[in-house]
Amino acid sequence: MRILSLGIVRGFIAQIIGTAVGMGLAVLIRILIGLDAWSAEPVAVVGALVGAIAFLFGTGVMSDWTQWALGHDTPEHHEPDPRLPGWAHYFNVSTDHKIIGIQYGVTSVIVLMLAGLFALIFRAELAESGMQFLTPQLYNTLMGLHGIVMIASILLGVGAMSNYLVPLLIGASDMAFPRLNALAYWVNVPGALLVVSSLALGGFDTGWTGYPPLSVRAPLGMQMFFLGVYLVGLSSILGSINLVVTTVRMRAPGMSWFRMPIFVWAAFATALIGMTATQLIGLSFMMVMIQRLLGLGFFDPEKGGNVILFQHLFWFYSHPAVYVFILPGLGIISELLPVFVRKPLFGYKWIAMSSMGIALVGFLVWAHHMFTSGMEEYLRVPFMYSTMLVAVPTGVKFFSWVGTLWRGKIEYPTPMLFVLGAIVVFLFGGLTGPPNGTVATDLHLHDTYWIVGHFHNTMFGGFVYPFFAAIYYWFPKMTGRRMNERLGKIHFWLMTPSFWVMTFGQMRVGLLGMRRRIADYDPAQGFDSTHLVITIAAFLIALSVLIFVINLINSIRRGEAATENIWHSRSPEWQLPSPAPAHNYADYPFEVIAEPYDYGASPAYVSIDPNAGKGPAPAPHGRPLAPHGAAGD
Amino acid sequence: MKHFAVVGILVLIVTILVNLLLGSIGLLPVQASAQAVPIDNLFGLHIKVISFLFALIVVFLLYSIVVFRRRPGDTGYGDHFEGHTGLEIAWTIIPLGIVLYFAYIGAQALAETRRVDPQAMQVKVTASQWAWKFEYPDYGITSDTLNLPVNRQVLLVMSSTDVIHSFWVPEFRVKQDVLPGADMVKELRITPTLLGSYKVRCAELCGTSHAYMESPVVVLEQTAFDAWVKDQSKVSDDPVVRGQKLATQSGCAGCHSIDGKVIVGPSWKGIYGEQVTLADGSSVAVDDTYLHTAIVDPNAQIVKGFNPNIMPPTYAKVLTDAQISDLIAYIKSLK
Repeated sequence: MRILSLGIVRGFIAQIIGTAVGMGLAVLIRILIGLDAWSAEPVAVVGALVGAIAFLFGTGVMSDWTQWALGHDTPEHHEPDPRLPGWAHYFNVSTDHKIIGIQYGVTSVIVLMLAGLFALIFRAELAESGMQFLTPQLYNTLMGLHGIVMIASILLGVGAMSNYLVPLLIGASDMAFPRLNALAYWVNVPGALLVVSSLALGGFDTGWTGYPPLSVRAPLGMQMFFLGVYLVGLSSILGSINLVVTTVRMRAPGMSWFRMPIFVWAAFATALIGMTATQLIGLSFMMVMIQRLLGLGFFDPEKGGNVILFQHLFWFYSHPAVYVFILPGLGIISELLPVFVRKPLFGYKWIAMSSMGIALVGFLVWAHHMFTSGMEEYLRVPFMYSTMLVAVPTGVKFFSWVGTLWRGKIEYPTPMLFVLGAIVVFLFGGLTGPPNGTVATDLHLHDTYWIVGHFHNTMFGGFVYPFFAAIYYWFPKMTGRRMNERLGKIHFWLMTPSFWVMTFGQMRVGLLGMRRRIADYDPAQGFDSTHLVITIAAFLIALSVLIFVINLINSIRRGEAATENIWHSRSPEWQLPSPAPAHNYADYPFEVIAEPYDYGASPAYVSIDPNAGKGPAPAPHGRPLAPHGAAGD
Repeated sequence: MKHFAVVGILVLIVTILVNLLLGSIGLLPVQASAQAVPIDNLFGLHIKVISFLFALIVVFLLYSIVVFRRRPGDTGYGDHFEGHTGLEIAWTIIPLGIVLYFAYIGAQALAETRRVDPQAMQVKVTASQWAWKFEYPDYGITSDTLNLPVNRQVLLVMSSTDVIHSFWVPEFRVKQDVLPGADMVKELRITPTLLGSYKVRCAELCGTSHAYMESPVVVLEQTAFDAWVKDQSKVSDDPVVRGQKLATQSGCAGCHSIDGKVIVGPSWKGIYGEQVTLADGSSVAVDDTYLHTAIVDPNAQIVKGFNPNIMPPTYAKVLTDAQISDLIAYIKSLK
């Protein structure tokens, strides 16, 4: 097989050529307008941007659109190239939401390991006070990269769950806009590369928040960070639009809004946020880029700029963003609990509405990140009230989960362990939130390791644990094999205590006065032993994730075969054989006939055609499954 | 009902235990300011509610995990109930009331920390990468140490010369970002109540040496404070002594050591009279002219191995020529 038949390889080659061309273009323009031919920053920025665009063309994700622009028709479906082995499809552009979902998922796990590696490096440095092997500058870069690369990983993981699951759960053959879906995935790849490339270009010492004026003074790496985030954000917007349209338009017959699987509600609420808030972080970062490149003084006090403006724009996205990170995970918890408890989800409508409530309130609380920032003081109390409101819909979820567990017949395979772990970890993340929400206490807590601990609780409970649960649970649906239970349980029982030790340690030193984002700490504060313990715990978490990755890779080929409904779920995707067929329900049309989680009461959630999978497919593609009309770009 | 009774008792026990545990390990640093009192009280109340809610959910969860586990061979379903509107309304309304109450007392505690004493002593705080400078306009002195008399409110009037910093003394609790820009001067009021030595620690990431942007804060008896003021007000006849004072007040010591150790910039020890290689490969003698240029136009002659654009280019505006001469005299004295 020729290496060039892989889209990703063509993309990287195109990116290298495109970067060179872009740099040449920038030099040319500079000469034409009478500037010095070489100036590292503008030349590098134009090069990186053109390179990223070239990557997209190189992979072929733009080819249908370019063909249409040239007046040529393309087939409705691109069937996989039969000459390629199966694994190669994942390195090529595909419009199948399941392949795209797996592409998102694999990229997410790879990026997660990279971000974890950054953390391990600086955690080793923090194991004792004094600088051992990093410079403060490199520490700051690694700390910022850990943050932003983790965020990229989480967004990719959210993309994985939404893309793979939503069409399967609502009975659609694919997303509403399959080509847009492919673009939304592929734009992440040059985005992630650019962010990581900042390491080689002087780094950036601002953390992932990139506050000016510090980010205006930071090295060239800062610009690569901005560009990379911009591309990842673009992916978020495109993916969200696609998901909203898919959910609204492509539900199976009989699937009313309140008969959708609960995860779809979570993904829908998430997409509403992603679609409307992401623009603001793009805007805020673009303003700093422009200030650096062209000298406009948005955030330069000498030119009448205002540094607080950036923080408002930044947090207007970045606070709702944390709900983008956690809502899908909370959806996974609600989705999986009834399966393993063998009884209905307690308060379905309340859980569904609480996702929408969190998404809505999430837009009204951004300035709680700025209680000490020096913003207008009269904003602090109103934002305290709105912030405290978030606890209400979040509480509804916890109480409803407890109601679901009550008087069930609970079984504990690996996915369920991660669901229960998620509930407890996220509970602690949630409970440590209100002290940061009341302004007076936040004056002490802000920018300390307490916040680091609180945040890691919400991210582990809201994303990491549910994401692992989802992988263990749907892995058979993706591959027809199941992951090793013993290794899965070792993963859980190693990660969970380690995580608690880490997070309690972080909160402890934070309350006692440990600032966040410092490369070194004052030995007089007496934090050395706690930090050593936190570092050891972090390495144990990493070890557990390594066990997970080994299990994942090993199970693809050698896992125990699992083509049936091994979890005895009522959900439609489990009525299909595993791995799920290429066009989902094309050969298995179904109708929703009862409530989704009515375990023990009604015999089935959906009625699948008895002749399913035997006869010829009913229609080529635009089958009656999409009640409001067929999909198309 | 048996289940609920057992769980209810367990929730109560766990709440008390968690609360006792958290109360006994000393969660916060020593309380050294009047502003810390309402903050710590509110935090203590938070901890009580956290203990209860944590116990409530975790006990229900663990109890269900143990008691409602599937027995081997059982393939049946759990009890069939899909929800309870009354319960859902209750656990929406009650938490709503609690959080609104917390926001209300949170606002009161905030007002308490901002209570104005018209007699407050003013201190002008200037933050720069990576040093703090404290000016006492009432006494005409400038220091790199924040000395404060006990039980007297101090009004900190704060601004930054470069990026965002944040003023935080953990023992005082309150925190305020320090911003660049003439119209972005921020205030913070602190009433120290406990004698002792603390540190102001920059709490907003401000670049390379952020971790080390710490300065001593000393709370003194009024008499000791007055003595310190008197001592600081004296101006020495010796340019070396004046230069040494300037070096600490202007933040030079944050980057330039006097013992040969490289912090961020070159050490000053024995530097005068040496021949140094510059970043462009040329060589220059460290004399009065070179040092003057290095202070007022730091990027002009960067020594090889060090980075440009780190030292603030603002000293030409901040320091007078006489002060620069004092500084040079001081550097000259560091053999």
